[in-house]
Amino acid sequence: MTHSASKGVGASLRRKEDARFLHGRGRYVGDIRPAGTLEVAFLRSPVAHARLLGLGKPAGLVFTAADLPEIGPIRANSALPGFRPSDQPALAQGKLRHVGEPIAACVAATRAEAEDLAAACVLDYAALPVIADMLAARAPGAALIHEHWPDNAFLETRRDEDLSDLDGIAAAKVQRRLRTARQCMAPLEGRGVLAEWDPRLEQLVVTTAAQMPHVTKTGLAECLGLDEGQVRVVAPDVGGGFGYKGILLPEELVCAALAMRLGRPVRWIEDRLEQLTANANCREHAYEVTAWADATGKLLGVEVEATVDGGAYSAYPFSACLEAAQIGSIFPGPYTLPRFRFHTVSACTNKPPILPYRGVARTGVCYAMETTLDALARQLGISAAAIRAANLVPPEAMPYRNLVGKVFDSGDYPEALRRAVAAVDVAAVRARQAAGEAVGFGLSVFCEQGAHGTSVYHGWGIPFVPGFEQAQARFTPDGVLELRVGLHSHGQGLETTLAQVAHEILGVDPARVRLVHGDTALTPYSTGTWGSRAMVMAGGAVAEACRQLGERALAIGAALLQAPAEACVLRAGAIHAGEAQVSLDQVARTWFRSPQNLPANVDRGGLEVTAGYRPDPDTGTHSYAAHAVVAKVCTETGLVTLEQYVIVEDGGVLVNPMIVDGQVMGGVAQGIGTALYEEMPFDSEAQPLAGTLADYLLPGATEVPDLRIEHMETPSPWTRFGQKGIGESGAIGPPGAIVNAINDALAPLGAELLDLPATPARVLAALAKAGAA
Amino acid sequence: MKPAPFDYARPADWPAALALLAEGARPVAGGQSLGPMLNLRLALPERVADLRHLPDYAGVAVQGDVVRIGAGTTHAAIEDGAVPGRLGEILAGVARRIAYRPVRNRGTIGGSFAHADPAADWCAVLPVLPGHAIALGPEGERRIPLAAFVLGVFETALRADELLRAVEVPVLPGAARFGHWKFCRKPGEFSKATACVLALPGAAPVAVLAALDTAPLVIPDASALLADPAAEAARLVAGLGLDDPWRAALARKALRHAAEATR
Repeated sequence: MTHSASKGVGASLRRKEDARFLHGRGRYVGDIRPAGTLEVAFLRSPVAHARLLGLGKPAGLVFTAADLPEIGPIRANSALPGFRPSDQPALAQGKLRHVGEPIAACVAATRAEAEDLAAACVLDYAALPVIADMLAARAPGAALIHEHWPDNAFLETRRDEDLSDLDGIAAAKVQRRLRTARQCMAPLEGRGVLAEWDPRLEQLVVTTAAQMPHVTKTGLAECLGLDEGQVRVVAPDVGGGFGYKGILLPEELVCAALAMRLGRPVRWIEDRLEQLTANANCREHAYEVTAWADATGKLLGVEVEATVDGGAYSAYPFSACLEAAQIGSIFPGPYTLPRFRFHTVSACTNKPPILPYRGVARTGVCYAMETTLDALARQLGISAAAIRAANLVPPEAMPYRNLVGKVFDSGDYPEALRRAVAAVDVAAVRARQAAGEAVGFGLSVFCEQGAHGTSVYHGWGIPFVPGFEQAQARFTPDGVLELRVGLHSHGQGLETTLAQVAHEILGVDPARVRLVHGDTALTPYSTGTWGSRAMVMAGGAVAEACRQLGERALAIGAALLQAPAEACVLRAGAIHAGEAQVSLDQVARTWFRSPQNLPANVDRGGLEVTAGYRPDPDTGTHSYAAHAVVAKVCTETGLVTLEQYVIVEDGGVLVNPMIVDGQVMGGVAQGIGTALYEEMPFDSEAQPLAGTLADYLLPGATEVPDLRIEHMETPSPWTRFGQKGIGESGAIGPPGAIVNAINDALAPLGAELLDLPATPARVLAALAKAGAA
Repeated sequence: MKPAPFDYARPADWPAALALLAEGARPVAGGQSLGPMLNLRLALPERVADLRHLPDYAGVAVQGDVVRIGAGTTHAAIEDGAVPGRLGEILAGVARRIAYRPVRNRGTIGGSFAHADPAADWCAVLPVLPGHAIALGPEGERRIPLAAFVLGVFETALRADELLRAVEVPVLPGAARFGHWKFCRKPGEFSKATACVLALPGAAPVAVLAALDTAPLVIPDASALLADPAAEAARLVAGLGLDDPWRAALARKALRHAAEATR
């Protein structure tokens, strides 16, 4: 075995894929248009809830659900007791349940002509009462979105524990109603799909911007009644995913059915209006939190009533309940909570189906828990740091199993808190406050479960359960190492980091490693890239495949060196026996082109290995971080300015620290969006009101402050190199830390912000409510 | 987001442009507003007349003590100093904060002014200047005071058969004082409140409050605002009867800050 610090695990190797991305040579679905391609524009529902009575079609290729009976409904069930499945038709049938729901596929030679067809359709519908809000959805007598249900809930979950004695013994008690806004995930590249039928292979080839191509393949086969051998999914370069591209799309099904029907390539490229208005689909939570603490700030108990706006349908494969039901298991966060009671509701509303966005429920949970802790600290007159220090899981308790059964693998949570606080001059903030300035200091601490596997997901009973992640490693005849993995990179830099892993094991220069991914025909099955799992799972699988490949190469190399295998070592890309050596290139050449020189007992499997990997236990790694923020509030306009932002992060052993920094920065930028900017407003008829990026604000370079990142590196005891999943982490902490800083600034004025995003209008409203503006 | 079918015409001279206008063509300059409206199918013209190739449409000429800015002059050209002197300084400072550079590279001062989006920067700033919009119609040129050009939301003093040909502003003395403030949370967001103040030696200062979802409010004598910015801003905004307390707060801040920044 070899190790090269400059290119292996731990090296900040420049990203191999950046040469093509930075030169504009990436190849996305939108760049691919075979001859004869037909373009699709969807006629989408203009209303949120109605009975669909009919459609007047113009002359041309216009397809409704009735025209495409071969497409079955999308059904993302969960095995959690009480879950109510919804059938999501690819094209609306009978009812319209959210604005933007596809009704008809309009097909023409160009997108503009397809849109002309859509504009010429005459829709007949009868409006129904609209459920525009998740709390209204729960009200008795609310109109039913799925009429065979008794109410508008996909699922309710509970943990009952009697907390009635806490009022009598607690030194502090706070109650808060908190909300996060509905957001639109906004990768630079939107969704897109190109479907073709290959008559030679009798195979449907779907090129799509997907994070999880194998799961998409399974879903397509199920809904179209094909066997999985008849479906190939290709995900080319994907320009950002974040969960938005981890979903089986109605549009994918429709394009696939049309390609089979019409015998022509059929393409749909999502535009920004569709992304914003038809697909506003994440983050919307409402909380009622009650928390009790003793005089030192030690939590005595927490009660949470949480509602998640699940939208109209259960999306495939994560289902409509993952977000809300997860709240029960992750609300305790990184803390040693002794008593806990919760009730969660996945509410069904006339909005687009909720999807898991980077961080999934953790961003809302962290916001609720962290703002509640600050409210307790203010009541007790102790610092934000002190109340967290009193409750964080201590390092000596690791691995720690909390009261809802989450197991934290390793780490020193209080140390992350200490470092984050030390990185900011809190005394200077206090001095400015004393001088009357509306400036504040805010913290959030959280942990992130990543790469959780079979033992966690089989209980959810959703359409997929991750098992052993597989990787294939093989040499080409000239000694290039090909790695094949079934998950996909949509910005993570896997072409670089998996090459680093291979280099760590085999010593092959990363420049001579090629990653093959994003094609179900060429790669082993995988549930894909989600849940901060790629580096743990594919990293482990690639390491194991390379280890086995190295053993086979060593046996051949030993024969070529005429030395016993026990006397040989694999080091720096060569087999060494004393002073003599033979390179892996020569070994490969021998296997493929000079087999006459192979030893008689050579492994017939050759220089090609598929290996599987799963950490043991597979309950997931827990990375964690402390965020510290200094924010200034303009009490005249309500504008919040982030002055300082510190992240102390522990992702275990970092395979490529530079890429991790990029992941953290990108995540924090998105978290700043959740905290301050991003919100899809809906009117009382559930009409989305922001149709352009001038209305739906995303933070840009001028809105993200200089981020200071400090790393701790506590290895996970359970993973191949001690690495932990960290991809989502950055997006989790910002709302809590930023709003805590805002509330710290507003506290002298008696004002407190409860709802996200903290827009200038909300800040001014909070001040007005406190009589301070 | 593809436009409905429309015809495209590129008139080579002004009479041809006016003839197209008479036939109902929709004029387009840089297309930074009309382009998205076409793509969203909010605008459905049968024909679009592209003005960008008309003679003298873009460019700045100083004629005696008047600066004539062609309507097709881009924000970027103004940002980069196409307009000389103190006036140029003032306009460059405004242009620099219009959206972001790709928009400024194509968007034009005349296109923006004639489109009359209440949040547009030129609709907030040009009315403070002692100049004229030059309208060209079948009868020739007509001069419209800049302060009287924008009449409402997407509504101007241009007649249906007129095009905006240029903006004329007197050369400003070096001692001209100007203050400007607008509120948007990020570049490219529409302003939620814009105000500016121009004080010329020997004349009453003029102020404009814009981005109000109405025509800009022109304050012909803003002496009181300069004397006591906070109190006068509060008085002026109270008179507008704005429903949204946040927008009212921004309007107060804009007026006050523009007055305080006047130098």
